[in-house]
Amino acid sequence: MSLIQYLVGKIVTYLLVLCIGITITFSLPRFMPGDPIDGYLAQIMTQAGQRMSPQAMEELRQSLSELYCLKGSLLSQYFGYMKRVFLTFDFGPSLSSFPRPVSEFIANALPWTLGLLGTSTLIAWTLGNLIGLLAGFFHNNRIATALEVIGVVIYPIPYYIIALVLILLFAYVWQIFPLSTTIRPGPLTFEKMKTIFHNSFLPGLTLVLAGFGWNILGMKALAYATKEEDFVTYARLKQVPPRTIMVSYVFRNGILPQVTALALSIGMIFNGALLTEILFSYPGLGLLMRTAVGAGDYNMLYGTITMSIVAVATAALVIDLLYPLFDPRIRYR
Amino acid sequence: MIKLNNIVASYTTVRGQVTAVDGVNLHVPSGYIVGIAGESGCGKTTLLRVLYGDVSFPLSLKAGSVQYGFCNDDGEEATSSNIRQHWFKRISYIPQSSMSSLNPVIRIRKQFVDFRDSKKGNAEVLAEVRAYVKDLGLPPEAIDAYPHQLSGGMRQRVMVAMATFFKPDIILADEPTTALDVVVQKGILLLLMNLQEQMKNTIFLVTHDMGVHYQIAHKMLIMYAAKAVEFGDSDAVFEESLHPYTRMLIESLPTVGDDRMRQGVSGRPPSLWDDLHGCRFAPRCLLATELCRVEEPALKEYKPGHFAACHYVESS
Amino acid sequence: MNLNLRLKIGLTILAIFTLGSVFLPYFTDVDPSAQGTYYRRLPMSREHLLGTNTLGQDIFWFLVFAVRNSLILGVGVSSCTVVISVIVGLSAGLIGGIYDRIVMVVTDSFIAIPSFPILIVLGTLVRGRTNFWLLGLILVVFGWAWTARTVRSMALSIREREFISTARFSGTSTLGIILKEVFPYVYAYIVVGFINSILFVINTEASLAVIGLSKVEIPTLGSIIFWALNYSAMFVGQYTWIVAPVVATVLLFLGLFLTSTGYNELFAARRGHS
Repeated sequence: MSLIQYLVGKIVTYLLVLCIGITITFSLPRFMPGDPIDGYLAQIMTQAGQRMSPQAMEELRQSLSELYCLKGSLLSQYFGYMKRVFLTFDFGPSLSSFPRPVSEFIANALPWTLGLLGTSTLIAWTLGNLIGLLAGFFHNNRIATALEVIGVVIYPIPYYIIALVLILLFAYVWQIFPLSTTIRPGPLTFEKMKTIFHNSFLPGLTLVLAGFGWNILGMKALAYATKEEDFVTYARLKQVPPRTIMVSYVFRNGILPQVTALALSIGMIFNGALLTEILFSYPGLGLLMRTAVGAGDYNMLYGTITMSIVAVATAALVIDLLYPLFDPRIRYR
Repeated sequence: MIKLNNIVASYTTVRGQVTAVDGVNLHVPSGYIVGIAGESGCGKTTLLRVLYGDVSFPLSLKAGSVQYGFCNDDGEEATSSNIRQHWFKRISYIPQSSMSSLNPVIRIRKQFVDFRDSKKGNAEVLAEVRAYVKDLGLPPEAIDAYPHQLSGGMRQRVMVAMATFFKPDIILADEPTTALDVVVQKGILLLLMNLQEQMKNTIFLVTHDMGVHYQIAHKMLIMYAAKAVEFGDSDAVFEESLHPYTRMLIESLPTVGDDRMRQGVSGRPPSLWDDLHGCRFAPRCLLATELCRVEEPALKEYKPGHFAACHYVESS
Repeated sequence: MNLNLRLKIGLTILAIFTLGSVFLPYFTDVDPSAQGTYYRRLPMSREHLLGTNTLGQDIFWFLVFAVRNSLILGVGVSSCTVVISVIVGLSAGLIGGIYDRIVMVVTDSFIAIPSFPILIVLGTLVRGRTNFWLLGLILVVFGWAWTARTVRSMALSIREREFISTARFSGTSTLGIILKEVFPYVYAYIVVGFINSILFVINTEASLAVIGLSKVEIPTLGSIIFWALNYSAMFVGQYTWIVAPVVATVLLFLGLFLTSTGYNELFAARRGHS
């Protein structure tokens, strides 16, 4: 298929995922028993600890109804909601920190999540693929087998276990890193960067360890299979130097399915990242979600899950769009 | 002169060792297109691998060697033990399938230069390559493309170009036309013939298609069950075959205008796992006698330049 | 690692866990989640194999029931998801055309959407009313997509193969084709998908429990860690409380994973690849 077809297909899927995701978040409040507005009002009263005049309550009720587009037919509600979310990212005010808007919190938290996720995924993917390549290319070597065994053992260990083990070892037994993150807001000085690094190291390490196992195994299998291909045999007969074979022939071909797999697994990596953030009290979307749950802040919750879906779908789209750079068969007809 | 001295090559498998080439002893004059023919499993591809020097597990050269008739840089004669340094310099190889032999994610021009020690700059070499491929019937832009953008015939021409660009003394072609349609096939064969005429080198052409051999081979080597059974000028081998197997092979070829019933060769080659005595063709040979079953015939020169391995060459 | 070794180790681990969770509970009649049953913080001894925790529960028995519940959830949910995946994947792969495209887009969307945030929200929404069944249902909703995809790609490659056409031309009914020709191939992917699904389910439930969003009164591998964390097991020196479930989880997951890849290799070898 041509490049245009490929790109269009991916963009259409992206939009569809967004639609399905938004639809889910749209429907969720409607599954709550009882009138959601009453529930929110009750929440606000308890959290804010104020007594509002009946008139203020009524105004609030009105604005909340508008917010949730509970007026009008279901269809108009739906489109109203879509418009609001897509065009303005307005999720309404946070219920527990009324009246600060949810989007403000998300704007603060999102860079942390993206930074942590982005960096660690990049490292995990690169490292995993390199180790996998070596393990598969030199598959008779003992070191290579050892590396593969490491991959096999680490891969099934879930995120929270790795996080706990790391916390136990490096924040408790040997107190090198903090038990939970304390990053104070402020300008980005060198000191600040050091603090950030110090606090992000363990969560980042968790994500890398949890993630690079499947990269190692996948790449190793691919490298091993690619080595048997005709064009690799032919290259050997041409006396292409082994390093060139490993890089230009085996790696360049094996990396293609790995890119596709990465795009597909962004969702799962994101799940793990959220969990890790919560365990480390890292100031990202995960923690935001958790505190929202504890406080019953529904606006915040819906806002964060919507953003999560958007973030994951966009990340996957970006990777899918980058794929043609790797595979000339898609790039040129 | 390329000398094959008593080559014995076998494969190590889980079932044990099987000898795919069992004592081929031949002197091949240089400067000809030599066709190697025979049924599947007769050992022709293995012989080709031994000739190229690509002897790696599970294939091993149990005995014998090849003398290539030219010398290394240090004056020593090139033989099986040191032929590797000449890969794609003085000896080259055209593989069977052109689609899967080219790296799909790298441009063709890079695959022309990624195996050289660069004494000349890449740009210079590529300019020469572009000029060269024009003679082979390829547009010079073809080498800037990716393999999937070219047709099968063009790709095979690229393979031929790669194998011949450095003007090697010996070219080994393993079923170079099998996956191609007849029109394209003819183009490749003509190409090979012309190149050989210009460069005056030796081409070993392996194919089971006797028609191809008939068209371009100068000399023919017929193999059967890991043995060489006939060798000579292709005219002689085709018109006046000495070995009964060759005769049967030739008889089975259709010719235009001749609609007689074709005679097949009944039976199958013996399994190389068995203990084999005597002439390996005896079970299927109409002339076979007790002598044939007991004593293996040696490859002897019955007419000038025409060899056969049969006890009953004279009677035919 | 040669394949038989992997499979053997994996199956051994799984056997130990399964048999343990099925039979061991018969040896005790105490409800392990009841608090205050024993003296608190007893060290490991013959009576309490892993000691007791701050809540007065016997850690060993809690762990046994935890493993059992996790496995029940995993197997239960996976059975449902496998059925759905096979129906969806096979039909998409064999029918093809527009139906296939639509199904693929839907499946891909489910794969792409991160399940965790949604699970968190759902856990909140029905807080208090969460029961295991609801959790299981949600896990089914999110679990079928991946296996459906692999089944479909296998079905696609099978469809083109000659033995299918042969069967069709020889008059075998479509159902017959599916059962006799297609199934032996897809079977491999189903088994592997099933085991991977168990892994996914136990993992997700535990992840939720660890942060306190599941029904943490019921002993599962996740909830035991939750309680340990909540009661700062590390700080009061209750190492067994936190280490035991970690070790158990790692072993169980390792067992599942080895079995899954072991079967993968076994089926690949049988099909003739290596």
